[in-house]
Amino acid sequence: MDLPTSVRLLHRRAGFGATAAEVAAGVQAGYEGTVDRLLNFSAVDAGANAVTDPQLLAPEYPGKDADQAARKAFRQQQAKEGMALGSWWLQRMVASTNPVVEKLALFWHGHFATSLQKVNAAALMYRQNQIFRTLGSGDFHALTSAVAKDPAMLIWLDAAQDRKAHPNENFARELMELFTLGIGNYTEADVKDAARAFTGWAYDRQKVAFAFAARQHDDGNKTVLGRTGNFNGDDIIALLVEEPASARFIAAKMFSHFARPITPDDPIAADLAHGFSADLDCGRLLRSIFLHPEFRTDATRTGLVKTPIEYVVGVSRLLQLPIDQRTGMALRGLGQVPFDPPNVGGWPQNLYWLSTASSMVRLQFAEMAVRATKVALPKNRAAAAEFLGVDGWSDGTAAALDDMTNNPQGLMVLALTAPEYVLA
Amino acid sequence: MITRRQFLIGGAASGVAAGAMTIERDPLVRLLRGRDSKALSANDGVLVLLTMYGGNDGLNTVVSYQDSAYQSGRGDLAFKPSEVIPIGGGLGLHGSLKELKGLWDHKQVAIVRGVGYPDPNRSHFRSMDIWQSASPQSAVSTGWLGRWLDKKGGDPLLAVSVGPTLPLALRGERTSGTAVPLGPFTVPGPPPLVQAFTDLQKPGHGLPPLGDLVAQSGANLLTASHTISSVVSGAKPANGNSLSAQLDLVSTLIKAKVPARIYSVSLPGFDTHTDEKATQARLLSELDAAVSGFFKGLAGDSHAGKVVLVAYSEFGRRVAANASGGTDHGTAGPVFVIGQSVKGGFLGDEPSLTALDPNGDLKSTVDFRSVYGAVSAHILGTDPEYKPLPGLF
Repeated sequence: MDLPTSVRLLHRRAGFGATAAEVAAGVQAGYEGTVDRLLNFSAVDAGANAVTDPQLLAPEYPGKDADQAARKAFRQQQAKEGMALGSWWLQRMVASTNPVVEKLALFWHGHFATSLQKVNAAALMYRQNQIFRTLGSGDFHALTSAVAKDPAMLIWLDAAQDRKAHPNENFARELMELFTLGIGNYTEADVKDAARAFTGWAYDRQKVAFAFAARQHDDGNKTVLGRTGNFNGDDIIALLVEEPASARFIAAKMFSHFARPITPDDPIAADLAHGFSADLDCGRLLRSIFLHPEFRTDATRTGLVKTPIEYVVGVSRLLQLPIDQRTGMALRGLGQVPFDPPNVGGWPQNLYWLSTASSMVRLQFAEMAVRATKVALPKNRAAAAEFLGVDGWSDGTAAALDDMTNNPQGLMVLALTAPEYVLA
Repeated sequence: MITRRQFLIGGAASGVAAGAMTIERDPLVRLLRGRDSKALSANDGVLVLLTMYGGNDGLNTVVSYQDSAYQSGRGDLAFKPSEVIPIGGGLGLHGSLKELKGLWDHKQVAIVRGVGYPDPNRSHFRSMDIWQSASPQSAVSTGWLGRWLDKKGGDPLLAVSVGPTLPLALRGERTSGTAVPLGPFTVPGPPPLVQAFTDLQKPGHGLPPLGDLVAQSGANLLTASHTISSVVSGAKPANGNSLSAQLDLVSTLIKAKVPARIYSVSLPGFDTHTDEKATQARLLSELDAAVSGFFKGLAGDSHAGKVVLVAYSEFGRRVAANASGGTDHGTAGPVFVIGQSVKGGFLGDEPSLTALDPNGDLKSTVDFRSVYGAVSAHILGTDPEYKPLPGLF
């Protein structure tokens, strides 16, 4: 793969696409130099930081005896705050000058998928989101522990409800299946005993913090993945993240989202897991992905569909559009609203984003965006490819774009809905 | 004033304003929008698949309220005999299913008991994939209805899913169903743009495989909107995604004789590890009102007797409740099959609440694929992939 193509691919996957100037700078710096520059996790993000934080109140849930009016007021307040929260994050992505941090946060949001629908407190979702931003490129053990003990997850997977008498298996199961090991790497007996280890975990609503109810904790021996001991929840997390299956699962998942979908038994996952299991450093794992020989291939270049968030953020960055109600409508229509994943499995990939309905919404959004922009638009398909950071057009697309010569608006609508741009 | 059209097209000559209905009348665009699908014919059966995501608690939906093992296993979650709607055989419906009881009395509801599959998986995602692909042993990328679409030869409008994304059940190797959102369904934009957009949606012109699929979904949009946009032309942008609204759309499309033989609708939220009573009551009330309203609304339509709704979930829940007022992931559960052509009553044996599997879960008595077999043979008129469950129709 030639250098400009590699640089464009890297910018699309590590961020939201490259401008012509960024491609030129990348070619100058070389591929590894560009990886270094784009993966500077500690760089100050002046663009995103200029976005004002949303005004969120600490959730004051209506009590059991609250009247209808109080309940309604709470729902309305949370709905308003939820919109402000989603808008805030999208604005950060659009304004970001160091977008890999937001891309990783988005990845972890899909991995530790938690929804406002059940957590019902925008302030808590914001708090979880900051964990993804601050710890997302660091130690996977620290990240998993922080997310697990954070109020949003305690509420989302009912960990706060675990009692000694009849443990609730929800968190223990999803921790193994979705957050660390992956399906097939644990037994039902492991789930049951891990659930016992998490008994006593609680959520203190007054302090808005994790709490431990010692009297509800099961002090007996548990056997998880062949090891026996009087484990508590922290012990289980430590045990799981050190498992070779977990390293393969996380490596495969990150490769799947930043390169192309693979399963944990793919040799690429084994390659990546080798380094990742040594330090559990998520930022270094992402760097290894971008430096892996399988990244700079046509299979990777044509192996992902943009998620709706990537799509609308990419278009909004290019056309310098604000995040507003129309952005929200498009994301709802495409099926990916931030802070509202469909379930604890997060958003699936690729085919999930391709449907008649999504084709329609992409066209609607592209048409609206082109009407709204004040940016000077390219006048032919070669210039459009450069403007959008795509690698070129297929014969079919080229012919369709040529129908729109001398019509920059029409050309841009088509280019934004062309398969070449819809792919990531 | 510059209209949206003039702005976008830069003054291309035309006397029409932008808008779906206007575009529909343009013969050029009609032509470009793809072929007419064949309308639904009088004898065609229609399947409405209702997926209850999250693992509905079957034991608290069709309740063995007289069984002491139910009362002791469920503790506070158990319904008292006075709280359920008795339907015979020692079973009662969840108290929210009042309208369904009316349909049951008219012999239009079959309850298939203990439906599951061998070696049950307790992951939501794997188990849902198993139900939708009908492949418990190995993961496959096609759905049981997608494979039917493949056999029928390429019309995406034969299966419609309501909402932005398409469930696995409706994905085939070569043909996938159509996702129709609530609200308007039109190819937006003025005719020249629509024409160019049409030109864009041509798989096989040098695109990579995934790019071909992007183009294919665009081509399907053109085909589908040709048939559907005028049917829903008055629709307002959707607010929410209630089951009633989904089924209203299905009803509208059936009455308009859109060619779809299969519709997919869904109701999420059944993962009741905590506070199950309130959550399940709310969801089953929504289901009860939406489903009964759907059948009432169809009365008088020529296809009223041809429509069958099948409601299922990826698994039931454990017999023993947990300590948070909820239940954990289990195995077998009831499947509801509803419609005038259904032979109402119970099918399949109620699983024992005491002879459980090693995890404390129900042992299934009916393989879900036999329900699919009966539905395929009776409603879709096709040689089923699976041996049909006898007595359903």
